[in-house]
This record gives sequence, C-alpha cells and structure tokens, in this order.
Amino acid sequence: MPFQQTIQPENKFFDLRLKEIWRYRDLLMLFVRRDFVAKYKQTILGPLWLFIRPLFQTLTMVVVFERMAKLSTEGVPPILFYLAGTTAWNYFANCLTTTSNTFTANAYIFGKVYFPRVITPLSVIISNLIQFGIGFMLFVSIYIYFFVQGGTVAPNKALLLLPLLIVNMGFMGLGLGMLISASTTKYRDLQNLVSFGVQLLMYASPVIIPLSSVPEKYMPVMLWNPMTGVIETFRYAFLGSGTFSFKLVAYSTGFTIFIFFVGLLVFNKTEKNFMDTV
Amino acid sequence: MEPIIKIENLSKQYRLGTIGTGTIKNDIKRWWHKARGKDDPFLKISETNDRAVKGISEYVWALKDINLDIMPGEVMGIIGKNGAGKSTLLKILSKVTGPTTGKIHFNGRIGSLLEVGTGFHPELTGKENIFLNGAILGMTKPEIRRKLDEIIDFSGCGRYIDTPVKRYSSGMLVRLGFAVAAHLEPEILVVDEVLAVGDAEFHKKAIGKMQDVSKGEGRTVLFVSHNMTAVRQLCDNGVIIQNGSIHARGKISEVIDKYLENEFNYFKHQYQNTSTIFNKAILRHAKIISDGALKVNSKIVVEFVFEVESDMETNLSLVLNDNYENVIFNSISNVIKAHKGTYNCRFEIYENLLNDGFYSIDIYIVDYQRKQPVFIEKKVLGFEVADYRETEWIGKWTGAVRPKLKFEIFE
Repeated sequence: MPFQQTIQPENKFFDLRLKEIWRYRDLLMLFVRRDFVAKYKQTILGPLWLFIRPLFQTLTMVVVFERMAKLSTEGVPPILFYLAGTTAWNYFANCLTTTSNTFTANAYIFGKVYFPRVITPLSVIISNLIQFGIGFMLFVSIYIYFFVQGGTVAPNKALLLLPLLIVNMGFMGLGLGMLISASTTKYRDLQNLVSFGVQLLMYASPVIIPLSSVPEKYMPVMLWNPMTGVIETFRYAFLGSGTFSFKLVAYSTGFTIFIFFVGLLVFNKTEKNFMDTV
Repeated sequence: MEPIIKIENLSKQYRLGTIGTGTIKNDIKRWWHKARGKDDPFLKISETNDRAVKGISEYVWALKDINLDIMPGEVMGIIGKNGAGKSTLLKILSKVTGPTTGKIHFNGRIGSLLEVGTGFHPELTGKENIFLNGAILGMTKPEIRRKLDEIIDFSGCGRYIDTPVKRYSSGMLVRLGFAVAAHLEPEILVVDEVLAVGDAEFHKKAIGKMQDVSKGEGRTVLFVSHNMTAVRQLCDNGVIIQNGSIHARGKISEVIDKYLENEFNYFKHQYQNTSTIFNKAILRHAKIISDGALKVNSKIVVEFVFEVESDMETNLSLVLNDNYENVIFNSISNVIKAHKGTYNCRFEIYENLLNDGFYSIDIYIVDYQRKQPVFIEKKVLGFEVADYRETEWIGKWTGAVRPKLKFEIFE
C-alpha cells in the first residue's frame, strides 16, 4: 500500500495547499475572534476605541495640515478628505505591520504545534477588515451628514470599484507583510525598517496632499507608490475630487497580485524550517 | 502488515552558536554551490552530536540517518539522554520543523502533543480557550462542541470554565490543556514529556488516559519521557536514541534495561582509588554486589575496602542521596580500634525499603576520638532502583522511601 503523505526537506515549489487551509478554517475564525476580544477586554469603551482613534487622527490632520499649513483639500470638506485617506491607508498599514512579524511574534506557538502558518496572517487581514469596516462606518456617517446638508460631495460610478480597492489594500499589505516576515526570521533588520518605513510611505501617498497639488518634481515618487492609485480612487469615488485613471488602478491591482504571490511563495518556503533560524 | 509510519534516512542538521551573525556569508556560499549544481558545502561536515564534548564544526547533526518502521497500533517509547535527538525527531514528525535530508512516509493524521495548552490566551475564558486550543491542535469546531462537556469534566475545572485563564493556577492550566489534547483523535499521536508536570492525581489521570488511547482505542503512539515507569507501562516497544542515531530497539523492558545500564552515571557500581593517603585513612575500593538490575524488591549489598595509616578509633558513615540531591538517610557503622592496614566493610539495604529512582552514596571515614571525618568522598557509587509492583497501580509511587510495613485489614 502506498503512503498517503510524506514529510520531506523541500516542499513543492508552488503549492498553495488550499485544501489544508480550508480544513483549518475554524482556527482562522477563532484567531480573528481572539484578536478582537483580547484587544478590548478590560477596557471601558471597548470597540468604541475604533471610532475614537481615526476621529482624533483626522481632527489633528485638519488642524495641522489644513488650518495651519493651508494645504489644499480640493474643495472637499477637510474632515472628509483626511478621513477618506486615513481609513484606506490605515487598513493597508495595519495589515502590513502586523503580518510583517508573523514568524517572530508567533515563534513560540509555531514551535510547538503545526497548522498551516498562513492562517495567522490571513486572520490578521480579517480582523483588520473588521476594524476597517468600523472606521468605514464612521466615514460613511460623516459623509451622509455632509451629503444631506447639500454639500459639495456626491458619489459616482467609480464606487463600483470599491470592493477591488478594499481587496487591494488588504492583500497588498498581506503580500508585503508575508515577504518581510519571511525575511525577518533570520535578519531582524527589516523589522526596524517596517515601523518607520510605513510612515514614510504615507507621506509619499495622497493621504495628506492631493495628487493635483504635488509638484512636478515629486510626481514620479507618488506614482510609483502602489497605494497612490488606491487612495486617489477611493477618494474620487466618494467625494468626486482628485484624479481618476484606469492606469493607476491597474498598476495597483497588478502590483497587489504580484506581491501577494511572491509573498505567499516566500512565506511557504520559509515556514518549514524557520524554527531553526528564528 | 504494512507500517503506518516509515522513516527513511532521516537527518537533521542544526547550526550552533548565535544565529543571524555571519549567516549571510554562509547563505551566499550555499547558494553559490547550489547554483553550480554542487552539494551544500555545510552538509558534508559530520560530527556526532554529543552535547558534552566541544566540537570543531559549528554545524551539528541532531539526527543522523534514522530508519524506523512503526506498525499500526504500536506504542513506541523513545528514550535517550537530554540532547540525544528525541525531541527533534518528534518535532519533524509533527511538522514543526523540516528534515535536512531523508523522508517520512505516513498514513492518516498525526496529532502532536509537544506541550499542553499551546496558544492559550490569558484574556479568554476556559471555554473559549478550549475551542482555540482544540482548533490549533487540528480539531474542527463541531468536533470540539461534541466533546466539550467531556473535556470540561476531564479537566476538573468546571467551576472556572467561564473565567479568563489568567486567573487559573498553573496546575489548572495544565489540566485544561491536557483535557483538550486528550480528546484529539488522530490515527497517530506524538507525545513529548507532557506528563512531567502537574500533581499526582493529574499524573494518574493522564497516564490512564494515555493507556486508553493506546491500548483501548488501538491508535499508534510515539511517546517520549524520562519517566521510565510511565514508558514501561504504556509502551510495547522502544528505541534508544543516542547522539542522534538509533542505538537500540526492541521490547520496551529490554530497551529500558539496556538504557539504564549504559547511559547513567547513576550506574556506577564500582569505585577504585589508588592515590596516597592524605589524612590518616582512605577509601580504596567500593562495589555494589548484584546480578542484573536492582529492583525495589531486591536486596542491595555494598562492599567497601578502606586503608588506615596509623592507629585510630574509626567508623564509616554513609549518606544515601536521591537524584535530586536529597539525603534519604545517613547510616553509621560500628566503631573499631584500627591499626595500620586495610579493612573490609559490608553494608546492606533490605528489600522493599527504597522507592524506585536513582541513588548515590557518599562515604565518610570518621576519626571517632576527634569526632571529625578524615576522608570524605561524595558520589562514590550510584545506582538505580527499578520499579517493581505486585499491584496493578500505575503512576509514580510517591515518597522518598517505599518500605514494606505491617499494614493489614482484618476481615
């Protein structure tokens, strides 16, 4: 009788093992639940913090960048302008920073029991999606307020791209995060880079400065940033401000697909023996 | 019958020292060799893995060419010293880390229990942690839900089940963790030293459950433990792993005997001292007289030869320690008026006095008039007393000693 399974030094080069991930789907959801519950246990405000954080972040931006620095918000109410940018950016940034230390943060549990390691970053994407959903609700309620007031904002057809944009934010963060986490098992340097690199990257995206106000000289940097298309389109869809180009969206989506598969590949290759080097 | 697990030429290499410094150089070297289609240069270095001996290479084989077939329903004990490679083998079997070379073929699911309560989150309640831990170990939600009552019952933590586990005592955590693990139902179960924790009641329960799993339900179990009593009771067959290779395999009782005879410094049945007398007297020779392994029900006879330099009143004092360096007792001989010359001495421990375990003997030669020792030698001899029982009782028999005393029920 031939054996059903084999443990060997190298995995197949490209093996997504979707069947195995499906078998562990309960674990995926339990991790999501654990992260969510554990975060807000013993706090009075609980998940309300999910509103408070982006709200204050946005208000600060309004004061600093709009009132004091007098940066353009393209005629859109500043609070909506910044909230749209941070909501989208935060989802990406949270996914990236949390998944980028998957191996080092979970070394202990990974060293004791086997389950498909990719479950852990996937659970991060989902719990951050919940967080994004709550932040998004905040954005939508303020948006409706301005809409009813007869303000200058109105949604347009680009809104149909919203699911694609959200997938882009999450999976771009996931792909980059997995790539980095695989490299940090041996060389911890990247971990330091991530924490401030994400912040730097934000300034190279239209979260604060609309693409239309970016000087010609710095334009290429902005356009190279794959998050630029996502944020610019997100804002355009809801607020009608800024630029919309299929080329930008296509670039972001292409980058996401590429980085996700590269990340997954490297991650799967690392998971087998990382316990020896972590 | 076909084996359920077939291990073929399995080897695992580890790098010693600090990881992360200097590895980039070796990584590039490795890659360069690979790119030219040559063998990995670091895999050629081969040294046996003896933890006590300092080697030359910074790479070491934790496992080297392991070949092993395990039959369905077999309960295999894996024994060996610390650092022999037992846990590495279990880690590869549980897919926590991969082999360097070689393969393992198997059928069915492998459930591994390298630790109890892996992934418990302190903020979650006992019940929530049962689900989390169960899922980590590979159970599905409906499976856990079906066994939830049984698990809670087995853990004995029913009262606290809706309390966050950060409020649990460490013992309760272990119980809860084991309760979840005990309800896993893989075809192959891999267990590492989990019985080393918890109180006596828990031990009994854990070993009992392990017996149900292996004997009752006919599953294949690989079991690592230093508790020879547990290994002997649970396993049919065993292997000794020594310096990363299989040293012996066979029936569990034979394997354990072999292991104890070879491995332990607690098996020091002879002592010889040829140096000159430093202070009045010296122990020349000591020997445990026995044929085969000592058991709880065997009489232990020790003979000493000591030499005295000049006239003095003297006696011997003997201290028996267990392997945790606890003194079990201190016994003294009669006092003699000794002249220059050698003297023989015989010491006996009756049957059914010592518990099973490892013991060592310290010897003092005492100047009786001055009331002080003139010769002290610690750990002159070492020996193991193996377990022997007339009852069906399982688990470690507690107590420093196990004397057979008059204890009768009148009908």
